[in-house]
Amino acid sequence: MTEMTLVEAVNSALAYELDADDNVIVLGEDIGVNGGVFRATVGLQERFGEQRVLDTPLAETLIAGVAVGMAAQGLRPIVEIQFMGFIYSTIDQILNHASRLRNRSHGRLTCPLVLRAPFGGGIHAPEHHSESTEAIFAHIPGLRVVIPSSPARAYGLLLAAIRDPDPVVFLEPKRIYRLVKQDVVDNGEALPLDTCYILREGADVTLVSWGGSLHETQLAANALAVDGVDAEVIDVVTLKPLDVQTILDSVAKTGRCVVVHEAARTAGFGAEIAAQLAEHGLLNLYAPVRRVTGYDTVMPLYKLEGYYLPSVEQIIAAVREVLEFG
Amino acid sequence: MAGDQLNAEGVSRRVASFDIRYTQYLDMEGRPVQPLPALADDPEQIVSLYRAMVLHRTFDAKAIALQRTGSLGTYAPCLGQEAVFAAVGAVMREEDVLVPYYRECGAQLLRGVTMTELLLYWGGDERGMNFEGPRGDFPCCVPIASQIPHAAGVAMAMKYRGEPRVTVTVFGDGAMSKGEFYETANAAAVWNLPLVFVANNNQWAISVPRNEQTRCETLAQKAVAAGFAGEQVDGNDLIAVMTRLSAAIDKARDGGGPTLIEAVTYRLSDHTTADDASRYRSEAEVEENRQYDPVIRIRRYLVNNAYWNDDKEQRLEQECREAVEQAVQAYLDTPPRAPESMFDHLYEKLPVAYAGQRDELVHKGEKS
Ligand SMILES: Cc1ncc(C[n+]2csc(CCOP(=O)(O)OP(=O)(O)O)c2C)c(N)n1
Ligand SMILES: [Mg+2]
Repeated sequence: MTEMTLVEAVNSALAYELDADDNVIVLGEDIGVNGGVFRATVGLQERFGEQRVLDTPLAETLIAGVAVGMAAQGLRPIVEIQFMGFIYSTIDQILNHASRLRNRSHGRLTCPLVLRAPFGGGIHAPEHHSESTEAIFAHIPGLRVVIPSSPARAYGLLLAAIRDPDPVVFLEPKRIYRLVKQDVVDNGEALPLDTCYILREGADVTLVSWGGSLHETQLAANALAVDGVDAEVIDVVTLKPLDVQTILDSVAKTGRCVVVHEAARTAGFGAEIAAQLAEHGLLNLYAPVRRVTGYDTVMPLYKLEGYYLPSVEQIIAAVREVLEFG
Repeated sequence: MAGDQLNAEGVSRRVASFDIRYTQYLDMEGRPVQPLPALADDPEQIVSLYRAMVLHRTFDAKAIALQRTGSLGTYAPCLGQEAVFAAVGAVMREEDVLVPYYRECGAQLLRGVTMTELLLYWGGDERGMNFEGPRGDFPCCVPIASQIPHAAGVAMAMKYRGEPRVTVTVFGDGAMSKGEFYETANAAAVWNLPLVFVANNNQWAISVPRNEQTRCETLAQKAVAAGFAGEQVDGNDLIAVMTRLSAAIDKARDGGGPTLIEAVTYRLSDHTTADDASRYRSEAEVEENRQYDPVIRIRRYLVNNAYWNDDKEQRLEQECREAVEQAVQAYLDTPPRAPESMFDHLYEKLPVAYAGQRDELVHKGEKS
């Protein structure tokens, strides 16, 4: 057992799988000698060589497209995109190719690649470095979208993503890259995908979140507990395909739900969860589903980003609202 | 020093220079314009490629007819560019990988994709991309140039595994304005990949002529900026395309890195069956270009050398018609897919999240 931060857990998972499987290739910008701008790949090129840990030219469409070609030949490419703000030129490759190659060729060619990118706000980064646009990817058929929120889950989920036979977009909440240390067993054990994780059981209200916002969500749940409100906290983890059953079961018990995410509200992934609750769980609800989210504004530069991100107080206020409804 | 130049501001020095070669062996009459390369010593191969080109042309015409009568979707004909694709199909080895765009049925046929599979694809059925022949080849690619980086990834896998295999990717003149071409060319040189870029410069990208696509004198020279060799061939001259493509593929196989071959052709047909080229180019221009027809040129060469005659031609036409008819029949007789099979290859295993939608579709298909 080793104490690790989330970013160290990512590094350990990459190292484990590079060691275990010759088909694994890590590629991206500045990931070699430099170890990646967040140091997620530090030491890997030294240990596994330039053939396995590959610095690419500065061209995101190329990187994603190259990964599609490698994957079609049976390799397991793991791409690092430096920041989510630069992921958009890979969307053509992800949407038109990676996510549909299996379907187009009826399984003749497949695309077991992982596209990793740090995302989200809260680190006072420059313009274009702080957005949360996971919903764009959650809309793409044939894809998996996975977001860890703790070191242990980052380790196990990344291993699962690498071993998955289909393409996975793996988004790492950079705000919590080094927020906490946690004991992680570096034994190569993957965690299950396509399932929500219940982080805290409770009977009064269901809090649903993912990524960085889980930090505030859990703080809110702790504060509410002091006041005698027993919140259940669900980490969605795999946005696509969504394990809606876990959320429905929880809401069947609590009758109340607040969804928390950093991304802008309109057509954010919270809308999908609210819609599914309306379709399949309406009669279990005592109050409307509330969303605590970023605003439908352009993500502000860092002087105002603290106002943009969902706060513990906002979450508590939303919970009070659904508890007092009707 | 050579290349030094004196101008008003002082002396500047030439730090780079390039030249682009153009190769042609046969003139329009099929007569050699220079001594023929070694492959001309194997007339059997040339005859067999001529036969493949005629089959391709017969298939092409039939596909258009099927579209016109409602039995096929939009189809991209290949009239006038058959030599390029016959060469690609002939020169590549079985274990190599073709990463095509959408106009090279001829190359796909030579690599073992069947006409029935091609018709299935253009007839709106994914099963046509699950072809039995070249299992590692990519299917057609519609988003222009987006297949080019795949070829670099495939070539990278070959190189990583130390296999003596080569990747060939094909695209049009329009595709060479896109970032994917430039990005991949650049990386192919950096990584010294076993990758051959084949540009089918058919002078048009739908309605935009080649000279409005780029001010480069040749498309081949775009390779130079990426740091590797580019050259032009007469794309209507089967022997020229084969010779230069062969050299590029051998070089790639021997670790010599990428090459760009610009095959200069002309698109004699509409862009697709959904296009009407008379809106943007003159019949006179098309007529002018018919004299360079690659099928006629290689036939003249074969006839000039008594490798071919009218009798053989008539038999070939008959054979091609029959083969195409058979393929069309097999296509038309293919049982339709169950609608819910659209869920079958979405993921390796359909996630529970979508099982309900699949059921929905099963019921949607039921007659009430
Ligand atoms: C990215 C993209 N943009 C536009 C189109 C629509 N489109 C289809 S074919 C074509 C022209 C392609 O020309 P070229 O690359 O020269 O190939 P050709 O069809 O002439 O063989 C265009 C614009 C497309 N398929 N993909
Ligand atoms: Mg063209």
